[in-house]
Amino acid sequence: MLAKRIIPCLDVKDGQTVKGTNFVNLRRAGDPVALGKAYSEQGADELVFLDITATHEGRKTFADMVSRVAAEINIPFTVGGGISELADVERMLDAGADKVSINSAALRRPALIDEIVRRFGSQVCVVAIDAKQTDGGDWTCYLAGGRVATERGLFEWAREAADRGAGEILFTSMDHDGVKQGFANDALARLHRALPIPVIASGGAGAMAHFRDAFVEGCADAALAASVFHFGEIPIPALKRYLQDEGIPVRL
Amino acid sequence: MQVAIVKYNAGNIYSVLHALRRVGAEPVLTDDAEVIRRADRVVFPGQGEAATTIASLRRLGLDRLIPTLTQPVLGICIGQQLMCASSEEGGGTECLGIFPDSRVRRFVPRTTDDKIPHMGWNTVRAAQSPLFEGVGDGTYFYFIHSYYVPACAEAIAVADYSGTPFAAAMRRGNFFATQFHPEKSGAAGERLLRNFLNL
Repeated sequence: MLAKRIIPCLDVKDGQTVKGTNFVNLRRAGDPVALGKAYSEQGADELVFLDITATHEGRKTFADMVSRVAAEINIPFTVGGGISELADVERMLDAGADKVSINSAALRRPALIDEIVRRFGSQVCVVAIDAKQTDGGDWTCYLAGGRVATERGLFEWAREAADRGAGEILFTSMDHDGVKQGFANDALARLHRALPIPVIASGGAGAMAHFRDAFVEGCADAALAASVFHFGEIPIPALKRYLQDEGIPVRL
Repeated sequence: MQVAIVKYNAGNIYSVLHALRRVGAEPVLTDDAEVIRRADRVVFPGQGEAATTIASLRRLGLDRLIPTLTQPVLGICIGQQLMCASSEEGGGTECLGIFPDSRVRRFVPRTTDDKIPHMGWNTVRAAQSPLFEGVGDGTYFYFIHSYYVPACAEAIAVADYSGTPFAAAMRRGNFFATQFHPEKSGAAGERLLRNFLNL
């Protein structure tokens, strides 16, 4: 049976993880490769590395880090952040990434999805969507890390991304992100019904039950979180045992 | 031991290189027919689209070489599919015919729960085979694919998706293949790669 996936997300700046490193006794707690490896050994199903560097040097450091991850870690990983053209994708895949996540660049120029899919296949193309619910109840997509509102609605944009060949949708609810009160399960369930491709839930994890709800109510295929893992609030082995006891298929 | 990884226009090749290094091999990435023929083990990996990848093999003349190899060969993902007789992908693509009775088909979702591609960790039921030595029944492996080989006599491991049992691994003589990615399947995948090197 296909397992529901648990995905820790690591923010990387100038080659170092940015937040939260006190969950294990790592000598190099700021080293994304060491941290990723620790997560992998704890049973993480995939990893996401997000480059939040703005400088050119920082980008090069990130590519070097991707090569080290590929050499040392034996589970799939996605990289994202600042990917705006085909050459960026190629550089990341050549460094050994399995998938690439695109966000603002796809909203600005949707044909980028088609280009990636034609060149490298659907399986490498994760379309990340940051969205926020309006007073009317609709969901609006944002770009530039949630700073700039767009005209696009969550559901129609996700549908277009899937039609253009995206392999997965990574949906972050900006309303739920950081609040730790659970994922945006209603919107997730609607995405699940509307899309022929897997959906990764992101934003809102604060307790183990929130993951269960994302899988049961939100019908998510995978759930991504950062701080609850980085700060050791939810150890991955305990989370997986909990989910199994709740009747959710997980890889143990 | 010389391990050759077949280099052609398919993705995910570097992951295989790294994984083989992690289990102690010193693989070479090559499209040189002589190097491939002389190697002790050949790995035929990749991700990609059937018609494009087979065209790339033909350009390199490797479509004729691979079926004649006599050492243990391991096809991975699109590698397994290209070892079949044909694939539905690309509007019907003739493949290498190493598994002459198998035709690759596309998953058809039954409900909204069946997403295509089949992506993530799924359990496999493995028959007695040296490739799965020490790998327990029901072990999880990492899959990412939209096309599959129907369960058949040459399947040495079977998995289920979208109500369809499919060949998770196959064998015919010296030719082995997996639909999943052992190079991305954690400790279980590394055990399988070690088993392949120890054949």
